[in-house]
Amino acid sequence: MCLAIPSKIVKIENNVATIDVDGVQREASLLLVENPEVGDYVIVHAGFAINKINEEDALESLKLLKEAASLIFDNDKNKNLS
Amino acid sequence: MSIKHLHEYRDPELSGQIIQQIKKTSQKNIRLMEVCGTHTTSIFRNGIRSLLPETISLLSGPGCPVCVTAQNEIDAFIELAKLDDVIIATFGDLIRVPGADSSLQNEQAKGRDVRVVYSTFDALDIAKKNPDKKVVFLGVGFETTAPTIAASILTAHNLNFKNYFVISAHKLLPPALVTLAENPETKIDGFILPGHVSVIIGVEAYIPFYEKYKIPCVIAGFEPIDILQAILMLTKQIEDNTAKLENSYKRAVTFEGNPKARSTMNAVFETADAAWRGLGNIPLSGLKIKKGYEAFDAQKVFDIKLVESEDPKECACGEILLGLKIPPQCPLYKNKCTPIQPIGPCMVSSEGTCAAYYRYHDIP
Repeated sequence: MCLAIPSKIVKIENNVATIDVDGVQREASLLLVENPEVGDYVIVHAGFAINKINEEDALESLKLLKEAASLIFDNDKNKNLS
Repeated sequence: MSIKHLHEYRDPELSGQIIQQIKKTSQKNIRLMEVCGTHTTSIFRNGIRSLLPETISLLSGPGCPVCVTAQNEIDAFIELAKLDDVIIATFGDLIRVPGADSSLQNEQAKGRDVRVVYSTFDALDIAKKNPDKKVVFLGVGFETTAPTIAASILTAHNLNFKNYFVISAHKLLPPALVTLAENPETKIDGFILPGHVSVIIGVEAYIPFYEKYKIPCVIAGFEPIDILQAILMLTKQIEDNTAKLENSYKRAVTFEGNPKARSTMNAVFETADAAWRGLGNIPLSGLKIKKGYEAFDAQKVFDIKLVESEDPKECACGEILLGLKIPPQCPLYKNKCTPIQPIGPCMVSSEGTCAAYYRYHDIP
């Protein structure tokens, strides 16, 4: 099963990262990602980082989601009031 | 700033807004299927079915790799476990799946060396520490996992390991979508596509399937809001009489996926026909170890023959995996087949539909 919590790389040694999720640290292999750097967020599966989360994309996705939902909600509210 | 976004993608107010929109939009009776074990579990854990209007049927498909592993492959794993100088290394779910006569857990109880590992590198570590034993890793999983197993074989090759082997029962997800679309009984109106398989294969991997069958598809993440958002997008597509391939998990899934993970996987594996529990033989839906790495192929090294075997009688896992039945319709569910004493893999695996139903269904 997949855990989807983005984990932060805090250290890299020999293609192995120390990753941190809320203070809990463990290791993950970086063999499957390109150019990982300390400070990057990665998704980890079965002991391997499988990709990097792009912070801008993550923030943008959430913003769009919230905007779409509140726009619909506001439209509904306005319809009910009129 | 933290971008974990867990709180945000679990926000009850936001999910309430999306649910309202689903209810407003949904007019037609539709059948949506997810094909990812983590989606199966998340949907149950978050009570998503209870939030949807009656017009939307949400089905669980063949998204659990343990559940779709053929009975004869399970039996092959058990035969390997019986060999005196073999240590079996496996992900956790597999050890309780019943084979024809036994299970890995039973073999472990009889004194066989069967070890649960979190990562293939743990298995390599066991091989390093036990040079007089042969460590066989049970390769079960879709495209999310196969690259990690490939990486272990490449590492073993580079470090000249002589006692590390993999038996590959890996499967590829997109060919299963074809089988589901071609089956006249499944009648699926839209697919919620997997989260992390898609991280690896990218949106582009689904284009051939989408172009041919024009079934609405949305790639989704695992949080409740991710799943609700995908359901809303599918509902909108269907109500608009359109079919699109959309990605609602953009924070993790890109158009091209992870090319490095794929090239690692393709360096070691090649596609082969494979038998899926419930779905039958699907062409080019499995992975086998390529030439050049035969020394690590447990099937060749140990001369494993896959013998035809029957699925347990009355077990409805096959129909459940196709979305044709739900677990309460299986005669064994909750009486002979329970999480403590499972008969079929759908009850054993933490991602299995039957296990999820048992744990979460009927909870008020």
